[in-house]
Amino acid sequence: MDTSIDFLGVTFPNPLVLCSGYLGITASTWDNLARKGAGGITTKSIWLNEHKGHNNPVILANEDFICNAVGVPDAGIEKAKEEFKEYLKRNNGVPLIVNIIGGKADDFVAITEAVNELKPQLIEVNISCPNVEDEHGKPFATSCPDAARVTKMVKSVTDIPIIIKLSPNVENIQEIAQAVVEAGADGITAINTYGPGLVIDIDSAQPILANKVGGVSGPGIKPLAVKKVFDIAAAVDVPIIGMGGVKTGRDAIEFMMAGATLVGIGSALYYRGEAAFKIVLDEMVEWCEASGVKSFSEIVKKTHSVLDSSSSL
Amino acid sequence: MKTFIFDCDFQVQPGQFVNVWLPRIDEKPMSVAFADGKELHLTIADVGPFSRAMHELKVGDQVGLRGPYGKAFTFEPNQSIAMVGGGFGSAPLYFTAFHAVQAGCTIDFIIGARREDLLIYRERVEKLKGATLHVSTDDGSVGHKGYNVEILQKLMNEKNYDMIMTCGPEVMMAAVARIADEKKVPAQISLERYMKCGFGLCGNCCVDKTGDAICTKGPVVPLEYVKQVEEFGKYHRDDLGKKHKF
Ligand SMILES: Cc1cc2nc3c(=O)[nH]c(=O)nc-3n(C[C@H](O)[C@H](O)[C@H](O)COP(=O)(O)OP(=O)(O)OC[C@H]3O[C@@H](n4cnc5c(N)ncnc54)[C@H](O)[C@@H]3O)c2cc1C
Ligand SMILES: Cc1cc2nc3c(=O)[nH]c(=O)nc-3n(C[C@H](O)[C@H](O)[C@H](O)COP(=O)(O)O)c2cc1C
Repeated sequence: MDTSIDFLGVTFPNPLVLCSGYLGITASTWDNLARKGAGGITTKSIWLNEHKGHNNPVILANEDFICNAVGVPDAGIEKAKEEFKEYLKRNNGVPLIVNIIGGKADDFVAITEAVNELKPQLIEVNISCPNVEDEHGKPFATSCPDAARVTKMVKSVTDIPIIIKLSPNVENIQEIAQAVVEAGADGITAINTYGPGLVIDIDSAQPILANKVGGVSGPGIKPLAVKKVFDIAAAVDVPIIGMGGVKTGRDAIEFMMAGATLVGIGSALYYRGEAAFKIVLDEMVEWCEASGVKSFSEIVKKTHSVLDSSSSL
Repeated sequence: MKTFIFDCDFQVQPGQFVNVWLPRIDEKPMSVAFADGKELHLTIADVGPFSRAMHELKVGDQVGLRGPYGKAFTFEPNQSIAMVGGGFGSAPLYFTAFHAVQAGCTIDFIIGARREDLLIYRERVEKLKGATLHVSTDDGSVGHKGYNVEILQKLMNEKNYDMIMTCGPEVMMAAVARIADEKKVPAQISLERYMKCGFGLCGNCCVDKTGDAICTKGPVVPLEYVKQVEEFGKYHRDDLGKKHKF
């Protein structure tokens, strides 16, 4: 089976892309994961300037969920550009999605301008962090006007397709999706982590994460994530990168049926190691072959077509 | 440098590490210096905020331990092994030697420090039957005056080892690796990189060019692997991913 798939005019050798923030700091690491079967690489979120993360512990992982407060540590865009250049010059056929983050709308613009000349295949905009210009410090991702404003500003300074990564921690994800698409978003990634959540060590009665609370992901959030992807796909007509607790080939197919064209591999790296890309893809292919599916694009939004598409869930 | 002894039932192989947690302060990786399923020992140098806080603990205080993590040193019964340690690197090597002599291995345990009072694990190693201690100090206050790597070089002119193991400052380990490679003796090297999660997700300890997370691929890796690690002996990355030369 030909596993390749088109996303916004970019050919991905397979639909499984690395989720932002997992392992993704250096060109060598991206190359390593590309060799191990990743269909696309999303970088960790990149800031305009150096940004300190939280103290350790930063990630808690168990059979059911992952809870993280890494705090998006980063050396800033100038340093990141060296890694992008290094990766892109090898031209290995595995597209690079540069994920950017900022505390102010202007930061997103400055980073995009810096990234432009390197021509990564796609730009993913992480709008889940607090807007420092908002009096309550609410994340851009929780307000339609803020999310739309960032989208419009980024879009105005680049020809590279841009994908907006949405937070699930809102009641109106369909409205947010519509707002960013109207503002020019070419695609949507969903979802970022749920929460925040709290994990307590009962021997000391202390929260374990140094930041006390952290975003929740992994198998425990999968049904919630699939629902968000379904809702977004019902509301807007742009391609989606779906993620949240994908562990098996069946999980990935489920996300595609809900509306995703590409599927994020993140927590699967904990459950199945670096071989996750290859194992999950093999499982997808096996299922497709047994089910008479000839190309992954056939199953995108399948569940919408078996339901009356105007019905909401 | 202090050695802490915890009541802890972890089953640990020598060379593995644990993440040590002081609530509301930090959590840091530390090589296990000894463990027998009842006790777990850690030897910790006072170098910064976390290790300072460790040094201020009193008997009876609790810490959080996660692990053990990573790959261990490995040996076969009855091997002849040279171990080269510097700083707290002597601690996991002592733990390895403790097990290796029980498997009939003979060991040349070579440690170096700037001055005599910085040599750790001398007494413990001297008590191991099957292990011979060799020391060097920069000032010659005890043992060979100069580097421990010079002792290794000299011993290797006299005898053949089945295996070389090293843990300590990377410049020292790079010299050991070079010698092992020249003489075609298998070697194991314990790499230290800035680790956060400890189980291969955060990516902070990934090395160029292999791109592997050393917390899971290592910390102990074979010589053949280190030869693919372009940054070995040259640079490492900090908590933000910036490169620093050794
Ligand atoms: C696998 C492994 C085993 C180790 N075993 C021991 C040991 O047995 N005994 C011992 O004293 N030290 C050991 N270390 C080093 C120890 O983790 C650091 O010295 C400690 O984290 C310093 O923290 P700090 O807050 O006291 O100092 P800081 O001021 O934070 O740092 C001092 C120095 O330690 C390094 N460091 C800080 N945090 C880390 C980290 N998370 N990972 C790696 N290096 C770090 C810094 O780069 C800096 O050079 C080990 C490190 C690793 C990766
Ligand atoms: C340790 C960790 C770090 C993350 N860092 C980022 C990040 O820097 N930027 C971002 O957009 N999302 C980040 N995420 C969110 C993931 O990309 C993903 O959206 C989410 O975790 C759902 O996938 P999963 O259930 O497979 O983990 C991070 C998640 C984890 C667990």
